[in-house]
Amino acid sequence: MTADEETGARVTNRRSRRREVRLAYLLLVPALIIFAVFVFFPFIKNFQLAFYSTPPFPGLPNRYAGFSQITSVLGSSDFRNSLTVTVFFAVLTVPAGIFLGLLLAVLANQKLRGMAIYRTIFSSTIATSVAVASVVFGTLMSPQVGLLPWLGINPNPAILNNPTLALPAVAITTIWQNLGLSFILMSAGLQSVPEDILEAAKVDGAGTWTCFWRVTVPSLSPTIFFAAVVGSIFAFQTFGQIDLLTQGGPENKTNVLTYFIVTQLHVHQNPGYAAVLSIALFLITLVLTLLQLRFLERRVHYAR
Amino acid sequence: MSRVALEHITKRFDDVVAVDDLTLEAHDEELLVLLGPSGCGKSTALRIIAGLEAPSEGTVRIGDRDVTDAEAKDRDVAMVFQSYALYPHMTVARNVEFPLRARRVPPAERDERVAEAARALDITELLGRKPAQLSGGQRQRVALARAIVRRPQAFLMDEPLSNLDAKLRVQTRAELVDLQRRFQATVVYVTHDQVEAMTMGHRIAILDRGVLQQVDAPQAVYERPANLFVARFIGTPPMNTIEGRLTGGADHLVFEASGVTVALPAGLASATMSASPDRVVLGVRPEDLRLDPAGSLTAKIILIESLGHERHLVVRLDDGQTVIVRQPGDQTPPRDGEAVTLSANPDSLHLFDADTEQRISS
Repeated sequence: MTADEETGARVTNRRSRRREVRLAYLLLVPALIIFAVFVFFPFIKNFQLAFYSTPPFPGLPNRYAGFSQITSVLGSSDFRNSLTVTVFFAVLTVPAGIFLGLLLAVLANQKLRGMAIYRTIFSSTIATSVAVASVVFGTLMSPQVGLLPWLGINPNPAILNNPTLALPAVAITTIWQNLGLSFILMSAGLQSVPEDILEAAKVDGAGTWTCFWRVTVPSLSPTIFFAAVVGSIFAFQTFGQIDLLTQGGPENKTNVLTYFIVTQLHVHQNPGYAAVLSIALFLITLVLTLLQLRFLERRVHYAR
Repeated sequence: MSRVALEHITKRFDDVVAVDDLTLEAHDEELLVLLGPSGCGKSTALRIIAGLEAPSEGTVRIGDRDVTDAEAKDRDVAMVFQSYALYPHMTVARNVEFPLRARRVPPAERDERVAEAARALDITELLGRKPAQLSGGQRQRVALARAIVRRPQAFLMDEPLSNLDAKLRVQTRAELVDLQRRFQATVVYVTHDQVEAMTMGHRIAILDRGVLQQVDAPQAVYERPANLFVARFIGTPPMNTIEGRLTGGADHLVFEASGVTVALPAGLASATMSASPDRVVLGVRPEDLRLDPAGSLTAKIILIESLGHERHLVVRLDDGQTVIVRQPGDQTPPRDGEAVTLSANPDSLHLFDADTEQRISS
């Protein structure tokens, strides 16, 4: 190839590359527009809102408040309470959900007749909505109708009005509702554990228990890790159950962040306050995800 | 080490009989190879010894103990899997240590035995790595170290070399034989590769469709295959087989097929007379046929495959059957399409009953 030809080839090459890049951006445009309207703009607008305080009476203009609104909201006892409740809620729901999902998955993984029926039952909660789960458990725990009166138990105050029991009660509802997903995730994980390493462990002299803890669970760690991350994010965004069962009460003991944000916005008509809370929730979720990625990944064993 | 014995083992999976009334014993310190095509039941037989499958009928003995109903973990055998089955989340050291840990061997002894096994397989510098960071050959050695660390009653190996490349396979084959001798190990070795079987086995057990066909030393299996299946399965290229009839008297027995007439030697003739089958199959290995201007078989060369040290000549006999002739590399090669005459070494003819497929032998 002569020098001239080589330059020529390079130019054509560059030209075709540039044409490809242009096409790539063109194809991205529709997605970018949708993201811009529904994600980027609200996201940025939210930061702007956080700097403006909403006047106590409607009709007055928003006032620029700078960082003072942010510090006052984050320093408030309401926010601290809400944060504590949310973290506690995640602690109650995530590990228990993973554990129960794994337990059911192990049971359903036995090679027994009729196991398909159990699998269907165990995964059925995936098809129930938050509303259905809340109504079912609300009825179960109601002092007037449902299970408790039938058993002759009449707790006073009612479970969902009891400051100590209300959050665990909502947590149980949530665990039940997420159990189907957890079960399916853990079942899929179990089935991907290579059969030969379990057999190798058996021949190596490991009993059922050793096999499970030393071989199955470590092999499942990517799945457990994933379930923990997704479960925590779900927990921090819980809204429906709270709205339907307790409305944040009693005594704000179930006032999780998302519910707190919504009441600030819709009930108290205070978008500035809600915006600060939203940013806090965003940062918490972000930090949580990064922390989990950082710390848990070291203990995760990706097969082969 | 101990003997491993299967007694009248049958294994059924629903309607399929994977192993059919198999009685077989690996003697103490013996390397017994289970050989057969895929689906012949050899792996199932091995898994029954390991305790990973329960036999439908029959008894498994390891040493003098009846282990038929014992769990895998209580059988005190070590198994090397085709995939190596290393624990991906553990380091090499932990992998090798696992069988000792599972048996609650004290830590000090554990460390010592892991180090010893690592030295024996030359993997000491790999102990800190994870399986994902190892090559196929290294994983193989780790799997072997994990097997020997236990000092088990017997080793079970399920095609341990089939995931290695050709060169490494030859090298590892020799090392396995050496290891077996050093540890005076009883080994049951499953393979579909007849070269592995011939080179490694003290004895070879050949299975087909769950049924044991023959057990004998490699050379004996090659020289005196018990039936047509073994005759065709052992040897590369495979034995030529021609179906035909026997004619003539006791002193002059002749094998006849369309276009082929072979006089049988006296020894073979007398054995055949007493069996007196109607139809027989004549078997002759490619190396027992040669190009011979004075030969009685006329044929035409249709393909020449040269391997350097030897040639495989595919020739067509007058009746249209093709047979393979093995010719040493130093002889003059024939031309493609050339008409040739062949003769067979009369002392190495194999005769089988065409109906029972069993060997007719003197």
